[in-house]
Amino acid sequence: MLARRIIACLDVDAGRVVKGVQFADLVDAGDPAALAARHADAGADEIVLLDITATHEGRGTLLDTVRRTAAKLFIPFTVGGGIRSGDETTAVFDAGADKVSINSAALADPSLIEQIGRRFGAQAVIVAIDARRGSGRPEQAEVYVHGGRRLAGRKALEWAREAEARGAGEILLTSMDADGTRAGFDCELTAAVSHAVQIPVIASGGAGTAQHFAEVFTRGHADAALAASIFHFGVSDARALKQQLDRDGVPVRLPC
Amino acid sequence: MIAVVDYQAGNLASAMKAITAVADDAVVTGDPDVVCRADRIILPGVGHFAATRRLDETGLTPAIKLAIARGTPFLGICVGMQWLLEGSEEAPEQPGLGHFPGRCRRFPSGGDTQFPLESAKVPHVGWNAITTRSEPTRLLAGIGEPAMVYFTHSYFVPAYGTPIPGPGAEGLYDPTAATCRYIETFAAALEHEHVMGVQFHPEMSGAAGLTVLRNFVSWRC
Repeated sequence: MLARRIIACLDVDAGRVVKGVQFADLVDAGDPAALAARHADAGADEIVLLDITATHEGRGTLLDTVRRTAAKLFIPFTVGGGIRSGDETTAVFDAGADKVSINSAALADPSLIEQIGRRFGAQAVIVAIDARRGSGRPEQAEVYVHGGRRLAGRKALEWAREAEARGAGEILLTSMDADGTRAGFDCELTAAVSHAVQIPVIASGGAGTAQHFAEVFTRGHADAALAASIFHFGVSDARALKQQLDRDGVPVRLPC
Repeated sequence: MIAVVDYQAGNLASAMKAITAVADDAVVTGDPDVVCRADRIILPGVGHFAATRRLDETGLTPAIKLAIARGTPFLGICVGMQWLLEGSEEAPEQPGLGHFPGRCRRFPSGGDTQFPLESAKVPHVGWNAITTRSEPTRLLAGIGEPAMVYFTHSYFVPAYGTPIPGPGAEGLYDPTAATCRYIETFAAALEHEHVMGVQFHPEMSGAAGLTVLRNFVSWRC
């Protein structure tokens, strides 16, 4: 059976991991390449590297970081954050990434999805959607851009459908309501988006316990779930998380 | 020298990274002469079946055909494996190499299944278990059973199921080296003599994927 995926996310600023999963015994806990390799060993199914660097100098560092991280990584590797053009995308793929994640740039120019899809295949394009619904229904969830600071003027479900129609390979859905709460994923929103599209939906935001992952895979119909800070709180790594999910009957790829 | 065939379709860097992890003599080339001289050929492929038209336009198709006829080991990855068949529903007007009979089909759109945790979305994306055939396969030796590997595709090579007539005086054979179950049972790997293909992506399939690549680059006829 197709396994539900656990994706480890690294937030990187100017070449250093600033948030996300830490391993106490790593000499250099800020090195993206070392951390990515460690997550892969611990059974993460994919790695996402999110570049949060705002400066131009930092963007140059990104390609070097991607190259070093990709070199020893043999599981799917996604790079996101601030990618605005087809040329930038090409550079990231040349550095060894398998997929790119685009967000604000796709909303500003939705044809970017098609451009990347035509050149590298739909499987290589993840459209990231940051959504907030407050106490509203999932259909009312609004899309935000620029790190959640600005309304995009789009409904999340409608934008997810358009992204799919334009050739996105996957949707990375972050619930801004749930993000940072560690109270669980927004299963209702995730299920609504998952049913609105045929492509896989990666749930993000709100993970606190292994039970939250089981819920987003069952009630939330998520195809994958992104984990960052959960590994700080109780669950040591992807291996422990997957063993628990396996006991709960969720199909996962168990590490050797 | 291992020729990794470049036909201007998609991302070669990721596949090259994995190939160079197990071999030090791989070169990316779109030159039919280089492909002809190679000791082995890898045809990666991400994207659309129609992109294989570039192989015809650039003279790579006859070069690969000649090399295979002379016994050069060949490995097709994803669309590179699908190209070994006669064609695909994805681009009905574009012929494949026709080394193996049959055509690639699209997964029927399934939506929800009766089991909440059994996905039937198209494309098939993620890690799935493969079942290796009982007869020996050199390509998949040592990958573990059951092995899980990474797929991303909407079109598939139907598992042959029954032996098919071989070329020339050869008897019946079944090139299916491994199957995978997703909505339907499809061929996860093909292997007959020195011609092989994998539907999954060895470059993204962790240790199992590297084992497959290592088996191929150490292949001796």
